[in-house]
Amino acid sequence: MSDDSYISIQNVQKYFGSFCAIENISMDIAHGEFFSLLGASGCGKTTLLRMLAGFESPTKGEIFIDNQPMSDVPPHYRPVNMVFQSYAIFPHLNVHDNIAYGLRKRKLPKAKVTEMVDEMLNLISLPDYGNRKANELSGGQRQRIALARALILRPKVLLLDEPLGALDKQLREQMQLELRQLQRTVGITFVFVTHDQEEAMTLSDRIAVMADGEVMQLDTPIGLYERPVNRKVASFIGTMNFFDGVVADEAGETLKIEAQGLGPITAPANPSNKAGFYKGDKVQVAIRPEKLVLSAQKPDAAFAASGRVQNMAYLGERSHYLIEMDGLDKHVAVSSQNLVPGASLFEMGSDVWINWQSDAVVVLERN
Amino acid sequence: MTDQSALARPAAQTPPQVNWFSRKIHKSETFRAYAVLSPALLFLGFAILIPFAILVVLSFWTPVGFDFNREFTLKNYRDIMERPIYGTLLWRSLWISTMATVFTVLLCYPMAYYVAFHVHRNKMVWIVLMTLPFWTSYLLRVFAWKVVLGYEGVINSGLIWVGWIEEPLKFLLYSPSAVIITLAHAWAAFAILPLYVSLEKIDKSLLEAATDLGDGPMRRFFRITLPLSLPGVISASILIFIPTTGDYITPALLGGPNGMMIGNLIQMQFGPTNNWPMGAALAIVLMLTIAAICAAFILITFFVRKRIT
Repeated sequence: MSDDSYISIQNVQKYFGSFCAIENISMDIAHGEFFSLLGASGCGKTTLLRMLAGFESPTKGEIFIDNQPMSDVPPHYRPVNMVFQSYAIFPHLNVHDNIAYGLRKRKLPKAKVTEMVDEMLNLISLPDYGNRKANELSGGQRQRIALARALILRPKVLLLDEPLGALDKQLREQMQLELRQLQRTVGITFVFVTHDQEEAMTLSDRIAVMADGEVMQLDTPIGLYERPVNRKVASFIGTMNFFDGVVADEAGETLKIEAQGLGPITAPANPSNKAGFYKGDKVQVAIRPEKLVLSAQKPDAAFAASGRVQNMAYLGERSHYLIEMDGLDKHVAVSSQNLVPGASLFEMGSDVWINWQSDAVVVLERN
Repeated sequence: MTDQSALARPAAQTPPQVNWFSRKIHKSETFRAYAVLSPALLFLGFAILIPFAILVVLSFWTPVGFDFNREFTLKNYRDIMERPIYGTLLWRSLWISTMATVFTVLLCYPMAYYVAFHVHRNKMVWIVLMTLPFWTSYLLRVFAWKVVLGYEGVINSGLIWVGWIEEPLKFLLYSPSAVIITLAHAWAAFAILPLYVSLEKIDKSLLEAATDLGDGPMRRFFRITLPLSLPGVISASILIFIPTTGDYITPALLGGPNGMMIGNLIQMQFGPTNNWPMGAALAIVLMLTIAAICAAFILITFFVRKRIT
């Protein structure tokens, strides 16, 4: 356990019968952090969240919250609160009673409760909504009330189970910003579960990318995008072009690689990949589409290759191209910003060159 | 070559003739609704409203030999008010069926709760098994209870054999308690189904949310599960209360002299006593009483629901 860890998950395993939902996970989450668990459905992220809430108990391992072991603490005594995917707004109570629900145990005077609820309603920008019935609320309002209902108890940790999944795109983007703002205001540790990589990138301080009950990479959004540790992470976060290659030479921080379709290239040794690569290793070379630059003439660049525009899509602020290259059986995706109106657009079928910087290349193990 | 004629536009035609009924069906939502409802409405009209009207008219007449004196009079109602036997029987009927209702709902709620929350596979099989007693005739079930509760019955001989009692327990048979026990069992299926439906409908994440917000199992039950299943409790109670109040088979067979109910009296008026107008007046008084009690019950439960949450 590191010193600043607030939530510590240690060697946690979870089996449902013979099905293994969580392989063996250890991680530390710092105080006040906005932490996301990201993965496709069935990767174990919700199970992990429910173990933090206490609705599931680990088959093996221990979870500490604020240095307290949690295995013997039932959910209604844990210092955590949850925002459910379905919001779980109590349908027989009005907004005020929903938000005040958890305060009942504290036996506060009525005036104090009303004051706290009004404060919460202001925080979520729904003042004067106290008397509304649950069925008079829109999806976004329900979501905010679920948040207020959990936050009013001042939990040590707030757990959020895909809280924005049911909202339409515009509202979701607005709520993302509000959520981040809210988290900074209240300073509570958030653990956020999502399958939407963009959402995780927008909101989080750090993200744990999960698959098949394991954490594949735990890093900042920048780290995940720029230095993915394997092909799964690289293709889950954003789009990535992959090329097969063989290490021709290793020289300190730089690798010389003979890559299929690209020729001899150099790349920085991936610092987040502990394995290290040696001469003769079969590797995978990965380059993000926006790090490839298109030009009509052969560019004056260290690394370049030629091809033909096989397909293009104009998206307004940027255009997506699929480039057909010699010696490659798949197309290379290129994303270029449309900085000058009408310029730098390439017709379908036209011959083009792509070039890139050496440090844009990520080297991964080939499996 | 493709057949061009098949693709060609058809020649202009006069609009198709639609009859009045189809046009109406197509255009008016209200008409459609009534068209769908009309068989049931007609049936209800004939099978309920007309007999009811006859009953009302009958209750204002008086018997003369085998015929009726068709002069309008409130004599029957006055008799019901003045002669204590009617009030006593009505009161006892309400008390017995209230007890039967309370016991049935209390017994069935845990069963329905169990199936709704703790059975994950073959729920329907469980429900069908619980309603199994309902598959035999009502009369047969009442007789079965006679065998169980009788002086030489299963309970008494069992207790004597164990040595807990010397003589058979007399209160078991031919008493109001026998009627309550039998009614509670006989109508159980009517309680389980609405209770199950209302419990099954409760979103499980609401229960988790209540736990998450600090409620232990008991508190959660009284703040979430019970209020949300209240519609089921109300309909189960009403479904049992109404038919048991007017029941006459069970009290006739198991009630004895102290277990006689208003239903027996009404049946006697239409049978041996041959005083149909009195029977009709009693039936109407019973109906109005039940309606008033149900209305009060619904109002009270909604008030309570507001208070406890």
